[in-house]
Amino acid sequence: MKTYENQKSKELRAGFGEGLLEAGRQNTDVVALTADVCGSVKMDSFAKEFPDRLVQCGIAEANMVGIAAGLSLCGKIPFLGGFAEFVTGRVYDQIRQVVAYSNKNVKICGSHAGISLGEDGATHQTMEDIGLMKGLPNMTVLVPCDFNQARLATLAAAKFNGPVYLRLGRSKMPNFTSENDEFVIGKAQILNEGKDVTLFACGHLVWEALEAAKALETEGISAEVINIHTIKPLDKQAIIASARKTRAVVTCEEHLFNGGLGDSVAQVLAMHCPTPMEYVAVDDRFGESGTPDEMLTNYGLRAVNIVEKVHAVLNRKQA
Amino acid sequence: MKTPQELKTIATQVRRDILRMTTAAKSGHPGGSLGTADWMTAMYFSLMRHDPKNFTMDGRDQDMLFVSQGHITPVIYSVMARVGYFPVNELGTFRKFGTRLQGHPSTAHNLPGIRMASGSLGQGLSVGIGAALGKKMTGDSHLVYTLHGDGELQEGQIWEAVMFAGAKGVDNLIATIDYNRQQIDGRTDQVMDLGDLKAKFESFKWRVVVIKNGNDMLQVLDGMSQARAMSGQCAPVVVILTTEMGYGVDFMQGINKYHGSVLSDEDLPKALAQIGETELGDY
Repeated sequence: MKTYENQKSKELRAGFGEGLLEAGRQNTDVVALTADVCGSVKMDSFAKEFPDRLVQCGIAEANMVGIAAGLSLCGKIPFLGGFAEFVTGRVYDQIRQVVAYSNKNVKICGSHAGISLGEDGATHQTMEDIGLMKGLPNMTVLVPCDFNQARLATLAAAKFNGPVYLRLGRSKMPNFTSENDEFVIGKAQILNEGKDVTLFACGHLVWEALEAAKALETEGISAEVINIHTIKPLDKQAIIASARKTRAVVTCEEHLFNGGLGDSVAQVLAMHCPTPMEYVAVDDRFGESGTPDEMLTNYGLRAVNIVEKVHAVLNRKQA
Repeated sequence: MKTPQELKTIATQVRRDILRMTTAAKSGHPGGSLGTADWMTAMYFSLMRHDPKNFTMDGRDQDMLFVSQGHITPVIYSVMARVGYFPVNELGTFRKFGTRLQGHPSTAHNLPGIRMASGSLGQGLSVGIGAALGKKMTGDSHLVYTLHGDGELQEGQIWEAVMFAGAKGVDNLIATIDYNRQQIDGRTDQVMDLGDLKAKFESFKWRVVVIKNGNDMLQVLDGMSQARAMSGQCAPVVVILTTEMGYGVDFMQGINKYHGSVLSDEDLPKALAQIGETELGDY
């Protein structure tokens, strides 16, 4: 199979920070807003270079969403950054009314998403955010898989006209895609072609899916690995084409079963090509404190768990 | 420039529109609409610098108004139609399927004059701050106005925004509070006492103008002109506009039931008779 090297583990939020700075240099209309977590969401280099384009909102996320929407009216491209839970779940109605329904060019950037946030515990580990955001009409949902892709996704969001949710993790994770990749919103990225099973993955779980594919190869199982970095709009064609080819699907994500990538894929398969499918995700429970590694392992989000689900789905395929 | 007498005539016609629209739709919010009819008329026909025939979403080189308590669409739509944003006869479509005149303001139906959805309370001040900051960033010296219900001040987001605007000195922003002391469940002092609003705003570094009778056109014009003159001085300005919910119809005035209840077909002619007719004519 095609091999990917971890160039050096890095944080996705840092990729966002680099992308934001570049976007700011490319377009003077790009502005940033934060609610007292400028450094945590890696907006500090943007703030240093463009102090007049950084709106510090204090600890007041709801107000920040409204201000961002107002700024967008005047032609600005606001990137609001915060912890994913507090810029999605906490302000769901604000986003619904003045960003999604009003269809404003606001970019909601949620760092610290998912269970790999680790020690902070379940209050901060959102695993519902993809479901919340993809449920909103007009909203585009991006879940990049590593540092390089987080940077590219940020640059793409800046050029895209419309509401975007950009999901980012806090912890250092393998950086394995190319910084020169093309990032097209809504176009799935085929990382490895295979014929026995398809692994649709997003975010930090894309690396785990590649690791799983490597292990499966030693068993003689050929796994196709597709990075669904855009949960919405979903690349239905890519999903249908791959499922028709392999006839078995496993989805992999750092999110609850409910509302995540798996549900989006299942909907497409149910309507267009019913296919045996398994989920690697968290089943209707909150997280807890622990190291990022401990969390991913204990909540069943590792390559080994993906391999297990592949075996299960292949049994169903044969039956 | 309209004379105060002309503005009063328009406000009278707006009141007729409000009642006819809501009774025809069998739903809507006549009480707060009647109470703010004078202020809204003064704003759109006299105080704001705007171009109804050439609406632009970015509001560049125009004043902007965000009505945060979006439920008062009857007055918003009536005034906007009569000042020229869209045809007056469209008022008859209010709240009907397929209309551009949604129950609460929407940008999804391409109605000229609406820049943001509102009605989920407590959000318009934040939006106004964003637009005000946007105007500063783009070198546009025009003003941003917002209007809020007094009951709406019970929303926490309002105070996030009040703190922001005061702390950051957003001085191209003028907020107005429709102080009618009524909300759906009763009087504001019974549901959730607002306390001393003037002192509250002042403690957040806002400058305050009080209009004692917001249903008196001369007082509205005077108070809002005063507020405008106070802009650009490193502090946001708030106008506490004392009004009567349901103003203009004696059996509606001050009655909180008319926040969200409409007149029956039988009561409508009695109310219209009290308001009187104008040469502007009904839609």
